[in-house]
Order: sequence, then structure tokens, then C-alpha cells
Amino acid sequence: MATPKTRKTRARRAAARPARRAVRRVAEAGRRGADVRSDLWVSVQTRAAGGVDVALDSKVAAFYGESIRRAATATLKDFGVRHARVRIEDAGALPFVVTARIEAALRRAGFERASRAPGGAAAARPTERDRLRRSRLYLPGNEPKFMVNAGVHRPDAVILDLEDSVHADEKDAARLLVKGALRAIDFMGVERMVRINQLPLGHEDIDAIVPECPDLILVPKAESAEQIREVDARIRRRQRGLRREHPVWLMPIVESALGVERAFEIARAADSVVALTIGLEDYTADLGVRKTAEGLESHFARARLVNAARAAGVQAIDSVFGDVGDLDGLLAWGRRSRAMGFEGMGCIHPRQIRVIHEAFAPSPEEIERALRIVAAFDEAKKKGLGVVSLGTRMIDPPVVLRAQRLVATARRAGLIEGS
Amino acid sequence: MPAKRTAKPRHELVVNQVGRRVPTVVNGAAQTSFLGVGGYRPRAAKHAPPVRSCRDYPRNGDKRVKNLETALKKCGLRDGMVISNHHHLRNGDRVALAGLEAAAGLGAKNLMWFPSASFPCQEPVIDLMKRRVVHHIEGSMNGPLGAYCSRGKMRGLGVLRSHGGRWQAIQDGEVHIDIAVIAAPSADAFGNADGSHGPSACGSLGFALADSIYADHVIVVTDNLVPFPCVPWQIQGNNVDYVVEVDSIGDPSKIVSGTTEITKSPDRQLIAEYVARFIRDAGIMRDGFSFQAGAGGIALAFVAHLRDMMREAGVKARFVRGGSTQYLVDMLNEGLTDYILDGQTFDLAGVRSIAENPRHMATTPFTSYSYHGKGNFASMVDAVVLGATEVDVRFNANVVTHSDGMLLHGIGGWQNCLDAGCTVLAVPAFRDRIPVIVDEVTTVCGPGDLIDVIVTERGIAINPRRKDLLRAVRGSSLPIRPIREIKAEVEAIVGGAPERSARGDEPVAVVKWVDGTVLDTVWRV
Repeated sequence: MATPKTRKTRARRAAARPARRAVRRVAEAGRRGADVRSDLWVSVQTRAAGGVDVALDSKVAAFYGESIRRAATATLKDFGVRHARVRIEDAGALPFVVTARIEAALRRAGFERASRAPGGAAAARPTERDRLRRSRLYLPGNEPKFMVNAGVHRPDAVILDLEDSVHADEKDAARLLVKGALRAIDFMGVERMVRINQLPLGHEDIDAIVPECPDLILVPKAESAEQIREVDARIRRRQRGLRREHPVWLMPIVESALGVERAFEIARAADSVVALTIGLEDYTADLGVRKTAEGLESHFARARLVNAARAAGVQAIDSVFGDVGDLDGLLAWGRRSRAMGFEGMGCIHPRQIRVIHEAFAPSPEEIERALRIVAAFDEAKKKGLGVVSLGTRMIDPPVVLRAQRLVATARRAGLIEGS
Repeated sequence: MPAKRTAKPRHELVVNQVGRRVPTVVNGAAQTSFLGVGGYRPRAAKHAPPVRSCRDYPRNGDKRVKNLETALKKCGLRDGMVISNHHHLRNGDRVALAGLEAAAGLGAKNLMWFPSASFPCQEPVIDLMKRRVVHHIEGSMNGPLGAYCSRGKMRGLGVLRSHGGRWQAIQDGEVHIDIAVIAAPSADAFGNADGSHGPSACGSLGFALADSIYADHVIVVTDNLVPFPCVPWQIQGNNVDYVVEVDSIGDPSKIVSGTTEITKSPDRQLIAEYVARFIRDAGIMRDGFSFQAGAGGIALAFVAHLRDMMREAGVKARFVRGGSTQYLVDMLNEGLTDYILDGQTFDLAGVRSIAENPRHMATTPFTSYSYHGKGNFASMVDAVVLGATEVDVRFNANVVTHSDGMLLHGIGGWQNCLDAGCTVLAVPAFRDRIPVIVDEVTTVCGPGDLIDVIVTERGIAINPRRKDLLRAVRGSSLPIRPIREIKAEVEAIVGGAPERSARGDEPVAVVKWVDGTVLDTVWRV
């Protein structure tokens, strides 16, 4: 279904169904109510004649009323709908949200896009395989209000989540919203991740999302290498024929005892896997133990995960810390996590970002020592010496390697000035 | 006496120094249009109330009368009079409405209501306007009252003044108060009154001071009558004609909030942090400095950040201007500031502190803000952090109307505070879909000449006029950006600049500058 050819066929078929389109169809999408912000609710009722009639109730009607009407009419036209009553209740939705909601309603009414979707994601450059991934901010995929300003809080990554934060009945709408967000929002250089649903539902997510060039896809409930290869293959298939080449990295989320046992093969399942992470809510549930702030119950799993990730040459990334109010607890968790070998963790609130960056930052003393070791190594190499020494002490190769890695991380985090 | 008020006149308009069309006559009185900051210096004597003689008042000091009606009758209530109230009881106030309704019961018509601010609890004044008891309001209008005025239903023009501007208008005779009705959390029978004690304690009574000094007649209304003397007294009984005892002057739960809360929004938190870092990095935060911040969510979060930075740097403020809250009180108790100079008290911690701590001083709009003082505190404050509904690319700002032209807020002390050494407006880059930075604000409330820094979550814009500030933060890690760049970025997000709503040509209110000149017009929506 990904190729232009089938799309054209579909469009032709859609155009050849005027009789069916004349049947009245009703559907709605989005949210309304006193507590809804930056979102809208729309209902579309098709009719046999009379053109498109948009009834708009918006708190921004004086400023963007025309823009909303135009978006509604244009979207209906893209779906080949020429006669409909459209009701919109808007609470200040941004343009990409307006379109995503209207499109969701039209698709629920059984329409398909008659013309090719406007292409071209926001001009995001591909991200590096081993970039800094200290913090990744979860954004519920069906909640537009948190998306637009996520970048200003400077996490290393955002995760547009299609999985647990989205109700089963809203997966279709969330998919369209996330698509729109990837296309419309400038996340300010932050890595753009999407957490898809478990397969097979995840396939639909991939097909919808990949043309918008996400940087990384998180694969939940990872339990086998086959799963990861399936996801990887699906992504490649969907990428065929796309105008832009944009690598999509994978980060499997291990969330079960079985997944932990197979962490190494999961991490090695595909070249596109760049990191391995763990979901502790599901993991502790699987074990039948309580999740604590100290994390003793998941110590083995996390240690195993770190080891598997390192063995496979990918990053090990920790779970989230659930208590948003407890920043001291978060800092302590993050420091322990770094000491175990993790390179980052997830966050569920922007206030956690800075604390996480602090927790995962090497100390000035560590950086200082690492710089001296690297300098000594460079010096020895220049002189053609096989042995590196610092003062009177001999430095073993693994110590040099660790120092080099620490310097590289510190540099990416902006903790070392100059090159 | 106010001019005779008849059918709505057509308004002759002139263009003032900020390019806004303003009426030349407001409610029958000729106006001076805004002449630029510091451009207007009226020369005349201050207004004075009639001479009184103590022999006309009870020698035993007991000025009690049985109810408000009696007091109003004794004050010679007539049609067309100006009745004033203060707003220290905020949304819990019961006295302003009781006074106006008592006047209605006595058959008074065409009154001008002159509150220091109005609150949603005073919505029934709309009914009094419909019944022609109240002709119009000169004072802040928001909520239902703002909508009533914005839709052109009020018979006269609304006049919006700052707290300092209200003193100016009273002092230079622009507004003559016939009867001031002052709600007092504590009072004695002589009329000495205090705000920091009693079941309806509200802290300061500063907004009522001018009324007590300059009104022809003064009525003190209390639900906590104490034997003479009421100590301390913020209102002097020597200015008071009558004292009325009532069951309750207000709903304590709505007078002060139990706690004032820091914003939970991460974006607003970020704005607050940027503001604090700016104050620090610009070198304003130094030993002996001063600042002012209100009780809004961003302002409170700013105070919390600044407090942490002051602790870290070992810096102490000499004074902080409030709106006092728990946060300022904590700073005072911790020794991070020597004094709080308090204009109004927002929460219970503030009320307790002002009653108990001699370093927590009640101030008045005269000490802090008045144009007709020999100086005032506002210009001595090093930095002030304020909000705004809109800002334009010339740094003019709006605080009274929504972008659609509806009256939304009063001016409060906002205009007066612009005189600080560094004026910072802390605003989100957009609210829902509506950008805050625009080409031209709907209503000019503060001229760009006085607004130095705009802080949004997407960047900090410094007024190019403030080369010193630009220099001071050069090399800092703060996201300093040209205002037009932030504006363009936001417009790209929200789908272009807003389509302007067509506004009528009919003035419904005017915004006065702190000197009494007309700064802008609010048009009928």
C-alpha cells in the first residue's frame, strides 16, 4: 500500500464511488469540554447536496475563524467530500491539530484521502547513532497541548507516544496527530522519537509515521529478536519510494522477564538498534513484585540490560522515575543508574529533564582526569610509545577507552569547551 | 458636582502621542490626551475636602449610626453623587454592594461608582446600572462588568486608572468623591480603622486612604467593632463621619487565598526561571537591591527562583515591594530582605506577617505610586516583574483588554510599576492559539518607552533602547532574541498573524495614564 501506484489506484477507486459517497455518513473526533485546551472536537455529517457548511464555535474565532473554516473545507476536499455539515468546537487548536482531527473524523466516516497527502516533514536532519540520549520526554500522543513547546525545555529527545498513554479507541486519531506534529512542530533539534504499539497494531503506526521521518522508534514489550526484525523490515518497506532518506533508529523496550533473558539478542537483532531500554512498571508486574524508589527488585534486570546493551555495542537507557514531585529521589536514582552503566532515562515531566542531565553528567573531577588520560594517550601515540603513563602510573588500555568515552559524552553534553 | 448626565454623546476624537484616537471629553469633563511619559505637569492646588469642625461631631467620639441607609442619608445622598469603595476584601467584599443597594433603597439615581477595583462578586452592579441607580463605573472592570461595558451597555464611559492614577485623580480634583464607604476589618466607634485584625482581616487598607482624606463624607463599615482605640489605625477616625456596624463585611475565604500557588505549567515555570536568571545575569541582583513581583503564578515562581539564586550568591535585598504572599514572607523571615513594603496582602501568611512583623510595612498608593507626590517608591525599585495580555513590536503593552477587545483586567499598580529601573514583562509566547507579541496592541496601557524586557518561553527580547541591559547580558546563556524574531516564530506555529476583529468606532471606556491624561480608548465590541 506504500507505493505511489497503489495510492493512485486507491484514489481512482475513491473517485469512482460517487454513489456510495452520497450515502449520509456521520463521525466525530477530538475532544470538547471545559477542561480541554489546544484541541478541538469535530463532527462531520455528509449529505447528498448543499455543499460544505461549517458551524464553528471557537474561543479564537475572531482571529482564526476563517483559517479554521478554510482548513475544514480543504481537508474535506482532499477526501473527496463535497457536501457535508461540519460542526466544530475549538479550544485554540493549532493548525496541525485542526487538520488531524478533521481527518480523523473523515476516516472514521469511512473516507480515504482522494489526493496524495501533502508530503515533506519538518526539515529535520537525521540524528547520529550514538548521540546523547540522557533524557527523553514522554508526550501523550493524543494530547496536543504538551507537544508544541516540548522542545523549549531542551530534553535530548521527545517521545510521541502511541502506546500506553492513548486509549484503544483513539489510536487512529493519535496516529494522525503524531503524524501532524512530526510534520509541523520544530522540536528545536531534539531527537524525535515515537513509541508505537505492540505488533500487529504497531504495523499501522509504522506505516503512518515513517513518511514523517521520525528519528527513532521505540518498540514496546520487546521479547524476541524476530519482533525487532519484523519492525525493522516494516520500516524499510514503508521507506521505499519516499523522497527523503532518513534513517529510523530503534530502541526496544524490554518489559518482561523473558525480554530480560533475551536482552542481548534483542539488542543485536538489527543494525538500526541503537539503544536498549527497560520498562519497569510492566517488568515488576511480570515479576509480581512492587516497584520501589530504591529499585532493588529490578536490579538484576537493569544490570543484565546494561550488560547486554554493551555487549551488543548499543546504549543502555533506564526507565522513568514516576514521582514527579520527588526531584531528590530522581537525582539519587539517576546517579545510581549512571553508576550501573546507563546513559540516560525517560521523563514524564519537563521539570525532570534538568535533574536527569545533572545526574548523568560526569563530575568536573572525572572530566579533568579523563582529559589528562586522553592527552597522555595522544602524547604516547605521537611518540610511538606502546605504554601510556600518567605521572608515575601506567595507564591500562581499558582505562584509556573509558576516558575517551567519557570525554566524548562530556563534549556532547557541552561540559567541555572547544574541540 | 459631576456634570449632568444625559443621553450618550457623540465623541470627538484626537490622536495622542502614542498614535491612539482618544475622546476629548469624558463623562462631561474635558480631557488632556497623553503627551508622552513625563510630558504633563498640571499646575494648580490640590483638591481639598470641605472644612469641618470638631464641635459638629460627638465629644465622646461615638459616631455610630444604626445602618448604612441612615449613614448615607446623614451624608446628604443625592442623585449623581460619586460613591467610592476600596477592594482590599477582593472577591469576598460585601460592603460595596451593600452601600450601593442602600443608596438604591433611598431612591438615588445616576450615581458614579468609584471603586479602587471591582471583582466578579460585584456583578449585581449591572442590575443597578440597568435600574439607573448607577450611571457608570470609573474603576477596573472585568468578568461580567467588563463584558457589560465592552458591549456598550453602560451609560457613561468607563475610566480605567492605575492605583497611582486613582490617587492622582482624587488629589488633583479630577474625581470628587462625595461619599466614601470604607469596609474595615477592625474599627472603633470614632472611626479609626485597621485591616490586619478581625474575622475579615485583609492586611493593608492602603487603597482607602485617599478616599478617607479627600471625600466630602466618610462612612466606616465594620464587623469587628473594638473599644477605642483601634490600634494600629490605618484610617484615621478624624477623617470619618459615621461608623456602621454590620454582621459581616466579607467572606474571609474569598478575601485572601489560604495559599497562593506557584504555576504548575512547565512553560510558565521556564519563563519564571528565565526572568530570575535575567535579573541575576544583568547584575541587578546584588546586595541591597530591590524588586517587586505580584501574586500571579509566574511572578510567584520567579520569586522562588530568585530566592534560590540569592541564597546561592549570598545576596540580600533591602526591600521587596508586594503584593505580599507566603513567598515574600519567607524571604523576610529568612533575612533575604530587610523589609516588605506591602501594597496589598494576598494570602494568610501575608496577613499574619503584616500584623506581627514591624519590618512588614503597609504602604499606600500615595507612598508607592502617586504622580502628585514629591517622588514615589515605584521609580526606586530596581526591577519589577509584571504580566500583560499583549505586547507589540515597539514594546507597548496591554493589560486591560483581551485581544478581541473585551475588557478583561484592571490596571492595578501595573502602569505605576513601569517606572522601575528594569521593567520585565513575563508572558507566554502564545495563549492557546493567540500570539502575545503582535504588531499593535489592542489597547495601549503602557508605552514601550518604559518597558525594557519581554520574557517568553521561546526567548527574551530586550528593548533596543536599553543598550545597557543588552550589554550586561552579552555572553550569557540566556536566549536573548529580537522581538520580531520571536513574533515570526510564533506566527509560524499558530498559522499566521491573527485576523483582526473589526472593532466599532464607539468608545466604551478610556485608559488613563498615571498623570491623568488619556492614553487609549476601549472600543465597543
